Amino acid sequence: MTDTVPATVPSAVKPRPARKRRVRRDRRMQMILVPLVFVLAVGGWEAAVRGLGVSAFVLPAPSDIVAALRQGFATGILWEALKVTMLEIVLGFILAAASALTLGTLISQVRILEITIYPYIVALQTVPKIAIAPLIVAWVGFGIESKVVIVVLVAFFPMLVNTIVGLKATPEDKIDLMRSLAAPRWKIFYMVQLPEAMPYIFAGLSIGIVLAVLGAIVGEFVGAKAGLGYQIVQMNYNLDISGVFAVLIVLAVIGISFDFLTTQVRRRLLFWHKELG
Amino acid sequence: MAASATAVIECRQLGKSYETLDGDPVTALEDIDLSISEGEFVCVVGPSGCGKSTLLKIFAGLLPYTSGSALLLGQPITGARRDIGVVFQSAVLLQWRNVLNNVLLPADAQGLRRDAYRGRARELLTMVGLAGFENKYPFELSGGMQQRVAITRALVHDPALLLMDEPFGALDAMTREQMNLDLQRIWMQSGKTVFLITHSIPEAVFLGDRVAVMTARPGRIAGVLTVPFARPRSLDVMATPEFGRIVTEIRKMLNVEQGID
Repeated sequence: MTDTVPATVPSAVKPRPARKRRVRRDRRMQMILVPLVFVLAVGGWEAAVRGLGVSAFVLPAPSDIVAALRQGFATGILWEALKVTMLEIVLGFILAAASALTLGTLISQVRILEITIYPYIVALQTVPKIAIAPLIVAWVGFGIESKVVIVVLVAFFPMLVNTIVGLKATPEDKIDLMRSLAAPRWKIFYMVQLPEAMPYIFAGLSIGIVLAVLGAIVGEFVGAKAGLGYQIVQMNYNLDISGVFAVLIVLAVIGISFDFLTTQVRRRLLFWHKELG
Repeated sequence: MAASATAVIECRQLGKSYETLDGDPVTALEDIDLSISEGEFVCVVGPSGCGKSTLLKIFAGLLPYTSGSALLLGQPITGARRDIGVVFQSAVLLQWRNVLNNVLLPADAQGLRRDAYRGRARELLTMVGLAGFENKYPFELSGGMQQRVAITRALVHDPALLLMDEPFGALDAMTREQMNLDLQRIWMQSGKTVFLITHSIPEAVFLGDRVAVMTARPGRIAGVLTVPFARPRSLDVMATPEFGRIVTEIRKMLNVEQGID
């Protein structure tokens, strides 16, 4: 029967080579230009501070910041603070993500929950959760627990909303397809709705992790005995501005690392999704 | 006639009405009488909104009907069944599954052992001209290839009836003709009963053993024509006077009913 197969089976669609070449050229330019901007900015900063004799209490030179960073890690102060804050972020984020996924699944699948709870979620989403931080500290105390609670509160809602929206975003024809195959409902959920929701869920996780870092730091500002946010407040108080900048750099590295991690996992898991950034 | 003994689909005075959001009653389908024998290829043509997709969804068990009767292999249609394959206007592939896994979706959805279907899936993929594409993902395929995968998926669990809802409506004219030829070949090889909806009159006449002409508001069958051409039909058949005569007749039926004539 193979003789009746059309001779011209269309080949798979491939990206046009011209576009590929342009993307590659842009990448090469980026590899040079991005570090160049960094060197120029930091060099200019160093020169300006030294040349104009700016006080270290106002704006420390990059070299002072590097020194403070070294010293902070050498004495172990920054390590200790980093460990505490990381624990708050990771613990809070995992709790928030797990509960957002669970509750989001329930709300998207159970109609009665959706109509009763969803309006509250929409309303609560607009409330700045960070404003409750002082209350949480008053209720839970100055230990790590209050910061975990704050992180959960701040990171929870965007992840919840994205989970619900994602689980409801499955095109009708995919549901029809599964129903026409007499697939049970739980299979429609995990074989179609859940994968279909993954891009939304991942977008939620990316927002959630950024907010988790923010929540931990602000929580420590409000009331804490340890952590990077606590260090910032202490150093600011002691006019150790280089130290503050050193902590800011640590925070930036945390943020970039988390972003890198979620991007990598998303790329690997959602390779089929067209809007890969 | 022994039609009832071998009828895959048998509907009598089938009707479907529903209420709009304002509470106005709408009759989508009225007095549909249609019987499809085993191995038969029946096409339905009609204008948009004539209820032809509704009819297909009723056969697929996706929509309830409100009057008359509809039997699938002698049993009243009460819901989705495992022995039906549906092809939609778009391919509706799962983007995260490769071609082979998309084709095996019915086995997964129905909790059947994959191993038992893998060989058949590969065989069918060869039949539709997609041998060697098992590990490609939908985003790597052209529109025509995606629809071939969808047809393969609809056949893998060996359904008694293949329902096709404007399967080639989204394809360009050249691909569409090729797909018509391929579908005829697949149908002849598999011996399946096919119910195909289209809004292209030539496509219906080229593919169908019979063509049911539907008109809108309310959706009813204005007539059923038998297409006499021998199989396999080549695209040349479309240039014959007889083909033109049938197409004209169908067009007249549609125009008279819609008052356009």
